[in-house]
Amino acid sequence: MTTQFPVTNAGTGDDGLAPVDPSKPLLEIKDLEISFTTAVGTVNAVRGANITVYPGQSVAIVGESGSGKSTTAAAIIDLLPGTGKVTGGSIVFDGRELVGAPAAENEALRGREIGMVPQDPMSNLNPVWRIGTQVTEALKANGFKGSKAELNERIAAVLNEAGLPDAERRAKQYPHEFSGGMRQRALIGIGLASRPKLLIADEPTSALDVTVQRQILDHLGTMTQDLGTAVLFITHDLGLAAERAEHLVVMFKGRVVESGPAQQILADPQHPYTKRLVAAAPSLASRRIQVAHEGGQAPTELVHRAEGGQTGDVVVARNLTKVFDIRGSLFGGSTEFKAVDDVSFRLGRGKTLALVGESGSGKSTAANMVLGLLEPTSGAVEFDGVDIAGLSPQEAFRFRRRIQPVFQNPYGSLDPMFSIFRSIEEPLELHREGSRKQREKRVRELLDMVSLPASAMRRFPNELSGGQRQRIAIARALALNPEVVVLDEAVSALDVLVQAQILELLGKLQDELGLSYLFITHDLAVVRQIADDVVVMQTGKVVEQATTDEVFDNPQQQYTRDLLAAIPGAGLEGVELAG
Amino acid sequence: MPDNYDDPRGGLATPRPGQEHFVAEVDEGGLGAVDAVKSDSAPSSFWRDAWREMRGRWLFWVSAAIILLVVLVAAFPGWFTSLDPRLDCELTESLGGPEPGHPFGFDKQGCDIYTRTIYGARASVLVGIMSTTMVVLVGAVMGSIAGYYGKWFDTILSRVTDIFFAIPLVLAAIVIMSVTPNRTAFIVALVLALFGWPQIARITRGTVMSVKNNEFVTAARSLGMSRGRILRRHVLPNASAPIIVYATVALGQFIVAEASLSFLGIGLPPSVVSWGGDINQYQQAIRTAPEIILYPAGGLALTVLGFMMMGDVVRDALDPKARKR
Repeated sequence: MTTQFPVTNAGTGDDGLAPVDPSKPLLEIKDLEISFTTAVGTVNAVRGANITVYPGQSVAIVGESGSGKSTTAAAIIDLLPGTGKVTGGSIVFDGRELVGAPAAENEALRGREIGMVPQDPMSNLNPVWRIGTQVTEALKANGFKGSKAELNERIAAVLNEAGLPDAERRAKQYPHEFSGGMRQRALIGIGLASRPKLLIADEPTSALDVTVQRQILDHLGTMTQDLGTAVLFITHDLGLAAERAEHLVVMFKGRVVESGPAQQILADPQHPYTKRLVAAAPSLASRRIQVAHEGGQAPTELVHRAEGGQTGDVVVARNLTKVFDIRGSLFGGSTEFKAVDDVSFRLGRGKTLALVGESGSGKSTAANMVLGLLEPTSGAVEFDGVDIAGLSPQEAFRFRRRIQPVFQNPYGSLDPMFSIFRSIEEPLELHREGSRKQREKRVRELLDMVSLPASAMRRFPNELSGGQRQRIAIARALALNPEVVVLDEAVSALDVLVQAQILELLGKLQDELGLSYLFITHDLAVVRQIADDVVVMQTGKVVEQATTDEVFDNPQQQYTRDLLAAIPGAGLEGVELAG
Repeated sequence: MPDNYDDPRGGLATPRPGQEHFVAEVDEGGLGAVDAVKSDSAPSSFWRDAWREMRGRWLFWVSAAIILLVVLVAAFPGWFTSLDPRLDCELTESLGGPEPGHPFGFDKQGCDIYTRTIYGARASVLVGIMSTTMVVLVGAVMGSIAGYYGKWFDTILSRVTDIFFAIPLVLAAIVIMSVTPNRTAFIVALVLALFGWPQIARITRGTVMSVKNNEFVTAARSLGMSRGRILRRHVLPNASAPIIVYATVALGQFIVAEASLSFLGIGLPPSVVSWGGDINQYQQAIRTAPEIILYPAGGLALTVLGFMMMGDVVRDALDPKARKR
């Protein structure tokens, strides 16, 4: 197997030594300007960006949604979406100017010299083709010429490298037979199949579970290091960027606001935006005090006032089990699936309990049973000492107002046809609270509580950002003065700064109103900021249950340790952070 | 290679050229508050956006003008002609050409073709609107019950619609109409609706099923809202766009179906002036006076075109995903 991989790009051997001059930049972006033409006029998506990447180096562009980070990456491979156009500046790759180069020339670069790992592994593999076929396609598009046997060998090598053992069998499988992590591995394999000099990884793992994310990133790291490939990460996660890249580029509203060595930026951010970002990143600030306890008072003291001395557990889940029937074969047979298996936990009044787990751990199913939206197969949920399964319809209706949910998806949790006023007023109206005038006053009060101007009342959900919608959802949940709020991944879809803001708001509201939170999340970093107690779940079972400090400082189970280690930026403990 | 390039984990004594620590100047506007509400734009909703999208298109105004004209003609034929389509006929004028006061000429019976074309609009528009209304009412109710409550009702409805889909609309209507003794516009509309509702039931069922999985529906449930109320207040309004789009297109189809039935002589009776009936009547004179068939046919084509174009515009406005670029 000496020259078994006839890669067109002569000189880039598979021995991992890039024969490029390491002191000359591989990619140099200078004063890049990109604009989009829209119905309301020209929008400058990228303004004067400068980015330099050296051969074999890993560089990360960090920014929130709409910062222009993905647009910049798309411009490098000449795949700007829609009406996007490079209106100024230059992109020099390996000594060649890409801006204004003929389309065919840029096309030849894609895959061969610049590889790409897309964000969503679920939609980036064609579901009707075998994995092997899709690798073949990538190889052939990039000039692979060889016999069938050589091709098969090459496919196996690509998949093997990507960390998919038993590659021959894997190549014959279809994407739906792969898990998300395996698909992303296959995509990384495809991205690196032709030994590009630069790999652009656009949020390569944000659709994956944390533990899988870590494996994939580790693998990507070793693989690119072995091959001498430079990596350009595009991410919203400062922790991930700092951990995986040596050079950071922070973008905000289309501009590069700060760039430099990763450690230096983290330790000593200079630009006000970077400062804000570093301060807000939960993964990096994971040693901060819990928001709810800020101000030096334990929330229970406040609860005493609010609840007239009532303490104890407001929600008790006893041996909750939920079994779903899954439609099986063609012949109507069904198999049982235990989504939640003998789960028990207690939520103290005025406290926050976090249910933590990866996708499929049953945490949301458990939450739905607490909300009374799903009936447990066995076990019981007690609310304030009463089993909610035994409630009469009237009692159940009254129970509803005492526990309210806030969901993950800020785009799906508000009825798009309802104005903000109607959305928040609806619970009041349904539960016949006050006159129309009083209700309007209450809506204003609630908007003020979640720090939104009263003028937002007349708006519709599509006019608000994700964070604002989430505030509305919180205001709506609080309309009936509930005692418990179930937050189902309520901050997971938000940008870091917005997420920090919402967490702060939740902490403030808990202090003021004596609320108890059941906080469902996959993100342990957030847990540290908000929760008092943690329940770690895996495949429907409780793995570990303890106070937040205990779980973080002294995790008992391997799974918990894996989860903790997988938090991006967890390995950066040694770095002194600027508050 | 200088030593300091070796450490992949940063820690560089001196960054490489082009990678020095760079800090941009703060933008003129400053950072702004995180996630501030934009308050300078006018509030807008789904319907308001759709209206804004529609009114910017000339196709909308053309089709709206056609529909308005047709509806006016159908409602007040007297505004457009002073003659009677059946009584003011002179056999001496049989197949006479256009003359002042009679722009389209005369048919075989010596009746004014312009007047008959004007009066023919009523039957078409009436049948179109009646059958569409019935189809939307029945189809939306059936479809939303099946989509929202599911279970056995959904199974039965799905099979029933399958059966109806196997029967061509016009063919089924021919069979039913040929054994119906009392043929009025209402009966024709009823027969068309009888075989037209499954389509809209299917569409409603599909959208209701996708809307009911939204988190705002779960949120409404956890408020303790009853299922019927959720269906009425949250699910149906969000599922209405495809129903409206289909209804606009279906209106045109029903008008064509009515004309086909009348053309075949089993739609509206000859005593009712209708475009389909007139096309049938005038085709008998196609060798001697071929042009007269164009007037009722033109009226029919214009009306259907108007509704179909409106359907297109409405679809583009209500379903941006289907918008052609």
